[in-house]
Amino acid sequence: MVKLTEGRGKELFRKYGVPVPPGRLTRSAGEAERLTREQEVPLPCVIKAQVLAGGRGKGGAVRFAATPEEAKEAAAAILGQQFQGETVREVLLERRVAIERELYVSFALDRSLRLPILIASRQGGVEIESVADAAIDRQAVEPLPGLVAYERRRAAGTLGLAGPLAADLDRLLQGLYRLFQEEDAELVEINPLAVVDGHLLALDAKVIIEDDAAFRHPEYAELRDDRTPLEEIAREKEIAFVQLDGNIGVIANGAGLTMATLDVLSRFGGRPGVFLDLGGTDDPNKVTEAFLLMSRARPSVVFLNIFGGVTRCDTVARGLVEALKRVPERERFPLVARIRGNNEAEGRAILQSAGVTSLSDLHDSAQAVVEAEKTAAAAGARTA
Amino acid sequence: MTVLVDRDTRVLVQGITGHQGTVHTVQMQKFGTRVVAGVTPGKGGTAVEGVPVFDSVAEAVGKTGANVSVIFVPAPFAKDAFVEACDAGIPLAVIVTEHIPFHDMLTMFHYGRLRGTRIIGPNCPGVAAPGKAKAGIIPNVVFRPGRVGVISRSGTLTYEIVSGISEVGLGESTCIGLGGDPVVGTSFTEALPMFEADPETDLLVLVGEIGGTAEEEAAEEIHRHFTKPVVAYIAGGSAPPGKRMGHAGAIIAQGRGTAASKVAALEAAGAAVARFPYEVPTLVAERLRGAGRP
Repeated sequence: MVKLTEGRGKELFRKYGVPVPPGRLTRSAGEAERLTREQEVPLPCVIKAQVLAGGRGKGGAVRFAATPEEAKEAAAAILGQQFQGETVREVLLERRVAIERELYVSFALDRSLRLPILIASRQGGVEIESVADAAIDRQAVEPLPGLVAYERRRAAGTLGLAGPLAADLDRLLQGLYRLFQEEDAELVEINPLAVVDGHLLALDAKVIIEDDAAFRHPEYAELRDDRTPLEEIAREKEIAFVQLDGNIGVIANGAGLTMATLDVLSRFGGRPGVFLDLGGTDDPNKVTEAFLLMSRARPSVVFLNIFGGVTRCDTVARGLVEALKRVPERERFPLVARIRGNNEAEGRAILQSAGVTSLSDLHDSAQAVVEAEKTAAAAGARTA
Repeated sequence: MTVLVDRDTRVLVQGITGHQGTVHTVQMQKFGTRVVAGVTPGKGGTAVEGVPVFDSVAEAVGKTGANVSVIFVPAPFAKDAFVEACDAGIPLAVIVTEHIPFHDMLTMFHYGRLRGTRIIGPNCPGVAAPGKAKAGIIPNVVFRPGRVGVISRSGTLTYEIVSGISEVGLGESTCIGLGGDPVVGTSFTEALPMFEADPETDLLVLVGEIGGTAEEEAAEEIHRHFTKPVVAYIAGGSAPPGKRMGHAGAIIAQGRGTAASKVAALEAAGAAVARFPYEVPTLVAERLRGAGRP
């Protein structure tokens, strides 16, 4: 998924007719001064760090300025700072507004109903999870007719909006729903949606774009920054690869089997550090690529757990043997292989010929992996 | 019809001329399935493994009486392929394709409901009834005809568990892989009544995973309406929150979708929940003995 920063989200809001305060994004304090001095951003203004983490207000990542000098100072204080592990590279300068009321609206997916859901809350500006159910209204939206007028009127009623404000909301919700669909968003959230001077304004923007729609949204490719560098390489090679906290590398096929493998290891006290899902493949080269990728993650021990179905055991064995030839001696890691299923005997023979012993029982092999990790850790402690 | 497919099933393969389409057409045939038609626009009049290829689904249905479509069409074109199957009156579409945008899937699901087309999947291994028919990609070797029903959100893990059940001398009535995406055409809750009504199923194995609340809803359905014994396994107990664990749908978000919550719900509904996948066959055997069906 691609999480957009507030500034990027607000650019989309403008495109879809969702009202936002006048503002500009910048990466330099000098530019912040110029923007306010030349009144491209009206004063007084607010300067907000463009990071994905929440709680920016309390964390000092949101500041105010009444003069161009103050805007420069505030931007300089925020840019380059670390905020919950993220470096602030960009700030949003925006006119400071007098808030009369804070509300909340969002569109998200309800997996159980298999429908988009419109959530409206009379209380905004706080985490929606902390708002009492009585203040929140959830409406499922049928995707074939789309968001219709009575649903928008009901949301206005929930939010206590009438007259011109209800008309504002009507337009805003249509734009926001269109954004949700056309940009393939998993979530679009305005929190707070503020009443300012008799109008509605989106004061924050949270937009998450779905990965599977990447083929029709190349514009988001460069914004995928939630992956580690190795996860990014894996994605290009169409291998599911996730980095966790431990030292054991796990290579399995299929998401369910991979998760089950991690569970079994955890039960025996092992700490998985990387998992890699080969998926369904009949290409030994893809298996080789996967192993080489795993070796770059520097695991203390690797557990290969394959159930041969669509992906045959001999294919995996061939790919593994090729990879072992290419991994330099100093980057070698202990390997425990467990293979079952389609062409099991053939796969076992190929591994045997390359000096790799393979097991067939998941329970026993998981224990062997945890033992191997302990041995590796002890050896590491001795050399250190 | 037992559950979804049987000896009268006539399979159509959309995307039959692609690599996966061709490979699995052969495997479905070896399973004993009647694969009657393939569709690839522009390749009408040719044949794949003895199966006639048509340009449109309507033509294929008209000439062969196909009543189940297995869709291998790539994600960007899957919605259109599915709508074509609906419009041709196909009652069951098994969508193997992965990475279909969920917004497309929402449209497909609700359009299918209007047209009377059930979806299994997407991103799923499909349906197999040993000795009868297979619509999908579950490996033939794992099966043995028997009286255990299996429903699952995963692929390979299902093969492993089914294989374990077969190895202890039991066997399967029907196995359905529902798919690992956030939006699936058929959920556990919707599949349960099919197995309840199936006279050839004595016990149901449910293989779930983290993410969403499908297992909790299934537990509710089991508690209220399901009278046969249930054995369950939930993958992802050790998964950290916020990480997508390989399947788009396998993510713990805002504290929802944990394995602990699913295990508790299923146990409260009377299911025997295995801690490890390899405990499933033992629990199945025990529960069958308990129900007086060795």
